[in-house]
Amino acid sequence: MLYRENGQFKTTYRADQQIFPITQDRVAIGLMLAFAFIAVPLMASDYLYASILIPLVIMSLAAIGVNILVGYCGQISLGSGAFMAVGAYGAYNFFVRIPGMPLIPTLILGGLCAMSFGILFGLPSLRVKGLYLAVATLAAQFFSDWMFLRIKWLTNDSASGSVSVTQLQVFGLPIQSPVSKYLFCLAVLVIVALLAKNLVRGAIGREWMAIRDMDVAAAVIGIRPMYAKLSAFAVSSFIIGMAGALWAFVHLGSWEPAAFSVEISFRLLFMVIIGGLGSIMGGFFGAAFIVVLPIALNRFLPAFMSLFGIEISTAGVSHAELMIFGGLIVWFLIVEPHGLARLWSMAKQKLRLWPFPH
Amino acid sequence: MKLSKLVVAAAVVAAGAASLSTSAFAQAKEQFFPLLSYRTGPYAPNGTPWANGKQDYIKMVNARDGGVNGVKLTFEECETGYATDRGVECYERLKNKPGVALIDPQATGITFALTEKVPVDKIPLITLGYGLSVAQDGMAFKWNFPLMGSYWTGADILVQHIGKSAGGLDKLKGKKIALVYHDSPFGKEPIPLLQERARMHGFELQLLPVTAPGVEQKATWLQVRQSRPDYVMLWGWGVMNSTALKEAQATGFPRDKLYGVWWAGAEPDVRDVGDGAKGYQALALNGSGTESKVIQDILKNVHDKGQGTGAKDEVGSVLYTRGVIIQMLSIEAVRRAQERFGKGKVMTGEQVRWGMENLSLDQKKLDALGFAGVMRPISTSCADHMGSTWARVQTWDGKKWKMTSDWYQSDDQIIKPLVKAGADKYLADKKLTRRTAADCQS
Repeated sequence: MLYRENGQFKTTYRADQQIFPITQDRVAIGLMLAFAFIAVPLMASDYLYASILIPLVIMSLAAIGVNILVGYCGQISLGSGAFMAVGAYGAYNFFVRIPGMPLIPTLILGGLCAMSFGILFGLPSLRVKGLYLAVATLAAQFFSDWMFLRIKWLTNDSASGSVSVTQLQVFGLPIQSPVSKYLFCLAVLVIVALLAKNLVRGAIGREWMAIRDMDVAAAVIGIRPMYAKLSAFAVSSFIIGMAGALWAFVHLGSWEPAAFSVEISFRLLFMVIIGGLGSIMGGFFGAAFIVVLPIALNRFLPAFMSLFGIEISTAGVSHAELMIFGGLIVWFLIVEPHGLARLWSMAKQKLRLWPFPH
Repeated sequence: MKLSKLVVAAAVVAAGAASLSTSAFAQAKEQFFPLLSYRTGPYAPNGTPWANGKQDYIKMVNARDGGVNGVKLTFEECETGYATDRGVECYERLKNKPGVALIDPQATGITFALTEKVPVDKIPLITLGYGLSVAQDGMAFKWNFPLMGSYWTGADILVQHIGKSAGGLDKLKGKKIALVYHDSPFGKEPIPLLQERARMHGFELQLLPVTAPGVEQKATWLQVRQSRPDYVMLWGWGVMNSTALKEAQATGFPRDKLYGVWWAGAEPDVRDVGDGAKGYQALALNGSGTESKVIQDILKNVHDKGQGTGAKDEVGSVLYTRGVIIQMLSIEAVRRAQERFGKGKVMTGEQVRWGMENLSLDQKKLDALGFAGVMRPISTSCADHMGSTWARVQTWDGKKWKMTSDWYQSDDQIIKPLVKAGADKYLADKKLTRRTAADCQS
């Protein structure tokens, strides 16, 4: 009843082209933003910030980046961890080598480093597709692992390869407390998500989708595959690079190349597939699924099992966690291969018709 | 909603409520030890006995002495899988529990990440035999305690031992020593010291990294076969060690020219290789076996009552004993803090830090605690957060580890300047200043 667009007439093209053309959606998004920016800081504990909210926000950002490449442009990539690493170490080098470097330009420069790296490793996409491209981008991952372990200059001559940053601040405000870290990451996420959403709705996004759906047909109607593919690599790796810089600077504080191993590439790909390919919303859902679920399982399994009088060891919990998590991924992909975002839009569709389904 | 779904939902809600209510019943007089561990993943064979030792010692002290001066000891384990992000999550989860004493992250990567966080939360970080080598300088690292040795002291002792077996350190001139190391902060830490020693004695240091977790070492050992180093140092952890030993066997590299750090010298590393590892030598930070009084006490008070963590036949193994030592030092720091801040009280992280900084366990005290023959006396101070830099060398005879050398002490003349320089660089990078003498009293 509530979610119905009866009587909402659009009289201008502008009104028709809004991101959220339905009033209820706009209100809901506004409420959600208010909740994220105002209500959450009033309620959350330090643990919630450090272990769930901040990783969730940063991973959502990275998932949006991966989704642009994999979901919108159809270029399967296993090099996302490498783009994050390049973003993180790039930003780190600007941060320590230039005295008084402010944080926001540092992040953007880190993103730009990742962007050029991404374009470089996106070049094979002009020749190879699908699984072959995935393997080719895996090279980016191994190359970055090698680069940050071996080239001492990149880690500011740290003997162990581990680097750290402190005393972060934005416009004179320190980014030290969990709340400020969370709000800063959230602000970056909201801005980037908005930009990304507009990008995929526009001409460039349509080119990407055309390339994804059938590149030969796209080329026939005048889309330049090279431009479309490389721009997808550029935008995607820029966003992933920023996420990597945030992950390193804000979440970890001190990190080593292993923080951006191939495992993180896989996790990001899972996020996009589970969340929903070709959907900005899917990035959020996927990140929530992959970041929150293992921790939640880990915390509630012992309590749950103790209801039945079963004592479960730490090792047992973590094995069970892996099994349940893996099982859920398989189950989800069978039940809804288009991901959580698809479930979400189906729910919306049903609500629009409710209570009179045809 | 179907009935079955309703039942599941009700159960989940009830589980949540149950976990909340248990924390509400927590008693006031309890000292809490967050235990980070890894019982899964490629490092589990080594992480498990270590975690078991820590747990069993807490259980034993509770059962035998009723805690520390009447303060009960509690713990909660959190699985990290050796992953830094999971370790940080565990730390954040457990740090706010009432009565938190200190934390042993059990992994070098997690130590690096927590070093930034513990000064803010005022929780001491104990990293026995691992972690940041420069953290020995307590004037720069107020909250880090790399007790009993760091990678630098370990590397230094290995060079001394190799020199001795070659007939004097001067005989190392022109020799070639390869370092086969885990390609992570853990494996790279000893390199600055080894480079320093290489310059002093004129041996050639060859660096051969192995990608984590270390199951793929063919290329590395091909290099060993090509360049034929006189000695190989093994800086591995978990599956990397047994793999390296098997590769050495396949390459035909003499095992008695292979020297492991103390993290490559436990039963899980050599058991599968058996006779193939015969003659392999590794540093021993602590003794092992079931003869010592403390292990007997654990067997009597914990395992015989069916309360033991893990298998009984693992009790007394090298890493198990190391876990026991870490927990003993943690509890002794609490006891020491109680001597100053009030017996029978629950200590805060800051008070435990003072206790950790003023540990003084001489042979008599160690004997009383049941640690005779397990470890050497240790005494820390404000400036020295390590307390002892002694280690021995043990040899695998195909069935068990045997102590085969006298005690070595690392050379302060080499390590002190390195530590000082490293700590100064750290302080400069972080724009911090050294602690003052007055700060040592707090």
